[in-house]
Amino acid sequence: MANILVLIETSSTGGIKASAPGLIGAAAQLGTPVAVVAAAPGTGAAVAGELGRLGAAHVYVAEGEDAGRILAQPQLVALTAAVSAYAPAAVLISNSTESREVAGRLAIRTGGAVAADAVNVRSEDGRIVAVHSVFGGDYTTESWVRDGLTIITIRPGSIQERAAAATAELTVAPLAAADFPAAIIEQVHEAGADTGRPALRGATKVVSGGRGLGSKDNFVLVEQLADALGAAVGASRAAVDAGYVPQSYQVGQTGVAVSPQLYVALGISGAIQHRAGMQTSKTIVAINKDEDSPIFEVADFGIVGDVFTVVPQLIEAINAHQLTAAH
Amino acid sequence: MKIVVLVKQVPDTYEDRKIDLSSGLLDRDASDIVPDEINERALESALRYKDGQKATEIVVLTMGPDSATKTLRKMLSMGADSAIHIVDDALAASDMVQTARVLAAAIQRGGFDLVLAGNESTDGRGGVVPAMVAEILGLPLLPSLDALELEAGSVSGTCSIDGGSLSVRAPLPAVVSVTERSAEARFPNFKGIMMAKRKPVETMDRASLDLGTAAVAASVVGSATKRPARAAGTKIIDDGTAAQELAGFLASNRLI
Ligand SMILES: Cc1cc2nc3c(=O)[nH]c(=O)nc-3n(C[C@H](O)[C@H](O)[C@H](O)COP(=O)(O)OP(=O)(O)OC[C@H]3O[C@@H](n4cnc5c(N)ncnc54)[C@H](O)[C@@H]3O)c2cc1C
Ligand SMILES: Nc1ncnc2c1ncn2[C@@H]1O[C@H](COP(=O)(O)O)[C@@H](O)[C@H]1O
Repeated sequence: MANILVLIETSSTGGIKASAPGLIGAAAQLGTPVAVVAAAPGTGAAVAGELGRLGAAHVYVAEGEDAGRILAQPQLVALTAAVSAYAPAAVLISNSTESREVAGRLAIRTGGAVAADAVNVRSEDGRIVAVHSVFGGDYTTESWVRDGLTIITIRPGSIQERAAAATAELTVAPLAAADFPAAIIEQVHEAGADTGRPALRGATKVVSGGRGLGSKDNFVLVEQLADALGAAVGASRAAVDAGYVPQSYQVGQTGVAVSPQLYVALGISGAIQHRAGMQTSKTIVAINKDEDSPIFEVADFGIVGDVFTVVPQLIEAINAHQLTAAH
Repeated sequence: MKIVVLVKQVPDTYEDRKIDLSSGLLDRDASDIVPDEINERALESALRYKDGQKATEIVVLTMGPDSATKTLRKMLSMGADSAIHIVDDALAASDMVQTARVLAAAIQRGGFDLVLAGNESTDGRGGVVPAMVAEILGLPLLPSLDALELEAGSVSGTCSIDGGSLSVRAPLPAVVSVTERSAEARFPNFKGIMMAKRKPVETMDRASLDLGTAAVAASVVGSATKRPARAAGTKIIDDGTAAQELAGFLASNRLI
């Protein structure tokens, strides 16, 4: 089977980021997963065991002082070396801020091309095909690379397949020196404490709030309903712009695209750019006091009403239901 | 300081955008084509620097069809000094590698200190053109900055990543891409619109750029399929019992 390289993203403390299982899962659909990591000196061996459990057959670690200090370059140098060593049929890279720079540079460096923001991959008649969901899920398109290395960036959270655990064969090599003027990481700011809620990407239930919540304090209502449902919390761009929640909560065209079993929109008008990030949800519920809001055009169950009246009653009804169900 | 801003025209996101099902490519006639909002923000970042440093020169650069002139004129009326328009039928349906090669070749002709781009285009969401341009030019990239700080010899800013954010810095010349959190764009004023008419727009075709002849890999799009439109379901007006009804709906669909 052909080798498929996967770029592993690591945190500032060297831990494996959440994108790894999906990337390795996707690679296993296409061939033999080879995990590539740029790591600080002496830390590579520690991650090999976990990457094996996630399904990597080989782990290639390039170790050097630049890892974690210089942006993108260590990962690029590690991947370029791994491309020569493993002659892969494809390279899979997370479509994240940190990693897509590596994808773009690798394409130029190796004479490849990028199939960007794939939500699935498959192999067909010896060709590797990337599947894309475009214009808010209105269309599904397919693409592939001709006359060069196939590099695919994968939308975070989109791959459900997981690879069977393996015992990874580890290769540790020194990280080659930087060869272009570098962007330096001056400081890493870790996000605040974990909220304990499911992550927005890949969540099975999402409750989002919009400008209709009116203030950051009122936005707690969205979190309370999310907790009653065991859901992740999302928001419209207007709610993000108003400072109710951080940008990472944004659902839509330029935010996260979600496709949960249940999506609840509270005080969100349903602008086309918001719908672009949630209209493929299985069931959509909307509560909005304006009965002409476009969100109702895509809602399976819509309530024309005030969120401050309806949502507290809904939380009570859900809790009551769960109590009876538990008996 | 000379700043080149990369701008792209995209189908207006306020309308339904369409894809030609047989070619898998954008149906340009189906929607209005507008400057991508993200590129107006990139230009705004350059203009804010110029507001304080009058000697700054701002060039907007696009590769796109004839109709992209409209986008360039808008950018000029906002305050850019000149524009370069690469237009050639042979470049239609270029993938990102080819787009980056063309843009880099045009950037290289004129000299620059900083290249500013959007972090991802709203039609492609590829987000790799700026990195490819940086790689071809042998320059650092500061990707997806929410705001940038431009000094004489360097540029810095913060980018959000999964799990937090990074403060990053690069020496000039450099490439920077900005997010939709960055500077909100100004509206062109009457004076700007009048002045834009006299500002130079240089048009180039593929042959006038030094692209070399090496065969280049490309990403090609196959067919497309359209998802059936979603139908609206039940809509009730709250009379005090709506929450109960919704809870019933959720329960019967096993969602609670
Ligand atoms: C290029 C581009 C990209 C964009 N990307 C995104 C994106 O990714 N995500 C996104 O969300 N938007 C995006 N937008 C913005 C989008 O156009 C809208 O401006 C935004 O979605 C509006 O957010 P909203 O619905 O919260 O606010 P509004 O449109 O102001 O709607 C608020 C709603 O709350 C309702 N309301 C008010 N009070 C109450 C109450 N007490 N009870 C019940 N309902 C109430 C109102 O009736 C109204 O419908 C983008 C725009 C552009 C141009
Ligand atoms: N055809 C183009 N002409 C000029 N700039 C472009 C073009 N395509 C992409 N860009 C720039 O690259 C950014 C990211 O685009 P993309 O990589 O296509 O998502 C855009 O916001 C532009 O700044």
